[in-house]
Amino acid sequence: MGSVTTSHDMGLHEEQLTGRTQQRFFSASEEENFTYPWSYEVDYDKSAEFDAADMGISEINLKIRELMKSGHGSITVNNPRAKHSLGVGILNRVNLNFEGSLGYFGCGLIDGPNIRISGRVGWSCAENMMAGTVVIEKNAGSLFGAAIRGGDLVCRGQAGARVGIDQKGGTIIVGGSVGAFTGFMMQRGRMIILGDAGANLGDSMYDGTIYVAGQIANLGVDCVETELTDLDKRYLQGKLDLYDMTAPNGIDNMIKLTSGKQLWNYDNLEPTEKKLVL
Amino acid sequence: MADQDINHFLEGDGVDTEREKIIGQHIGYRYDVNLVPDMERCTPFLRQYMEIMGWTDLNWLEDVHMGYEEGNPAVFDRNINGWVTIPDTIELPDNQQDRDMIARELLIKFQMASGHPMVDLRKAYEKFT
Repeated sequence: MGSVTTSHDMGLHEEQLTGRTQQRFFSASEEENFTYPWSYEVDYDKSAEFDAADMGISEINLKIRELMKSGHGSITVNNPRAKHSLGVGILNRVNLNFEGSLGYFGCGLIDGPNIRISGRVGWSCAENMMAGTVVIEKNAGSLFGAAIRGGDLVCRGQAGARVGIDQKGGTIIVGGSVGAFTGFMMQRGRMIILGDAGANLGDSMYDGTIYVAGQIANLGVDCVETELTDLDKRYLQGKLDLYDMTAPNGIDNMIKLTSGKQLWNYDNLEPTEKKLVL
Repeated sequence: MADQDINHFLEGDGVDTEREKIIGQHIGYRYDVNLVPDMERCTPFLRQYMEIMGWTDLNWLEDVHMGYEEGNPAVFDRNINGWVTIPDTIELPDNQQDRDMIARELLIKFQMASGHPMVDLRKAYEKFT
């Protein structure tokens, strides 16, 4: 009830859902902030470590938050023991290191942290990730990077089916092979697959780019091969160098896939309807 | 897209395709969202931002491009689901790569500003402090 009153006080009930912003809220020449106004001030050189073996999920996530609040910029979580939903909702710059494996929905809804996981991850790792980097040293389950919106998500091993389903931005890199329906309904962003791709790759993709180094079982509806440009090659080289990864047959031999845009079918309700749904 | 005049959306209404003619307005999403950034064109502000965040490339800003809304240069802010107009005091470069870098810098400044709508929304709805 309190929230509703506050939102009415703020005038949100009168706001038009047109999605068009003409009002200017700030002066570009005066603002020089690099982090969100609510972020914790952390120092990457200030590190902390704790054992999560006997801790519950909420307890571990709150401990991470408390450490950030006290200025720790580098945090190591030992023995996460594949618990679910760890490292979620972090909207801060921080170096977070999980020594072990994570269960389902690890590192979801994050905006800014740099996370490394020494083991494996379960389903939906980094779902809805907004910014930052997540590096998984071993394998990932299905729905890896579902609906990711930004940042770099890296799996050095193999990943399951539906990698990057509904991807809306960011870069997903998989060092091994990926399962069926990878890139399903992809809308934006880039995906780099250094191994093979399963059936129906890029099915119903609206936009975005998929680069594949290995064999492709088959392409999904509206996924088409396009020319690999010099800018693409430079980009791929830069990204792979960043994570110390290489294309097995060289970047020049990678295949670039984009949307054929034959499924684009906006109707006359689309602009209004889309804004209301969003 | 690549062959299109850089000022196409500034000089006209952008209603080009059959679908846009039916609905009578430009569909803003249809820009070259797949244009990968040329890192050599990063602004000093963006380089400083990357250093503070601990990144060696643009990270999520790779997906930010300068768009055009109703004839004005603008950048889309995903946090408010709306376009933010580029101030008319900023002179636009003659290529999309440099324009994208300006859009990225302005978006960071806008999102991190104390007057950003998310600041008020957070006050109203946040669960954790």
